[in-house]
Amino acid sequence: MKITLNGEARDLTGPTVQDVLAQIGLAEARVATALNGDFLPAGARSSAMLKDGDALEVLAPMQGG
Amino acid sequence: MPAFYGTEVESPLMLGTALYPSPTIMAEAFRASKAGIATVSLRREGGAGQDFHALIRELGIPVLPNTAGCHSVREAVTTAQMAREVFDTRWIKLEVIRDDDTLCPDVVALVEAAKILADDGFQVFPYCTEDLSVCGRLLDAGCEVLMPWGAPIGSGRGLNNPYGLRSLRAHFPETMLVVDAGIGLPSHAAQAMELGYDAVLLNTAVAKAGDPVAMARAMALAIEAGQLAHGANPIEARDMAAPSTPVFGMGVLG
Repeated sequence: MKITLNGEARDLTGPTVQDVLAQIGLAEARVATALNGDFLPAGARSSAMLKDGDALEVLAPMQGG
Repeated sequence: MPAFYGTEVESPLMLGTALYPSPTIMAEAFRASKAGIATVSLRREGGAGQDFHALIRELGIPVLPNTAGCHSVREAVTTAQMAREVFDTRWIKLEVIRDDDTLCPDVVALVEAAKILADDGFQVFPYCTEDLSVCGRLLDAGCEVLMPWGAPIGSGRGLNNPYGLRSLRAHFPETMLVVDAGIGLPSHAAQAMELGYDAVLLNTAVAKAGDPVAMARAMALAIEAGQLAHGANPIEARDMAAPSTPVFGMGVLG
């Protein structure tokens, strides 16, 4: 499945957002997700099915002013 | 000490976590400043996010996530929703930027985003200009805090419009007001507090100083001095001299 993950084209098996997080080593990480520009709560990741062309953003705490 | 949305914080200094030479120096600067709030952000996870989260938890003070870099209502709202989950807080420093050279807020989009977020249970800290009507609209939208800029972010120019900031203070005497951005020197921070502002938010002035820890302490002292001075009811400035030493009783010697 070809998706855009944090701006990069990736080919990942998925099929859920939670599966993708596991595949990139972030299953347990403190991150927030957005799918195609909409916030995807942590509790919805296991039921959110990805499809070709989806854009997934995975954001983490970072320095800020 | 100031209270934001019912949460009392231990200092009127709100300090950013970006641009420090190292995480260790950042943590030392926070200790030296005794800052009451730490501002943070969300970015794409590149491997550093988890350690950073542990570091800010060790600071032991409330965090205020921002929507820095957002240029649209949708981006800002989505970022706020993500920040609420990751940082487990209803607080959001709402930034919607219009112009990249000045990082001037898009105040129209800001009001729209503030309303959406306030209606969704967020406690919004809007990064705004000192415009009275925009600030009034933000209060109408549900904000209980206003954070007008002193000068463009990172510019270190101090308070570009003291008149406007004083006017805002006078118009909204009950609202929590924070000067956010543009502070370069402790004297700028003191001036904001002397105007009766409730807090000051700064980052670059400390993080990019040659000695961030010393500058953090200097900012804390200046903010305390400015706050004390405001409470002490300063004298009015005047154009002509007024001798402080009594004239009466002076000997005739010439």
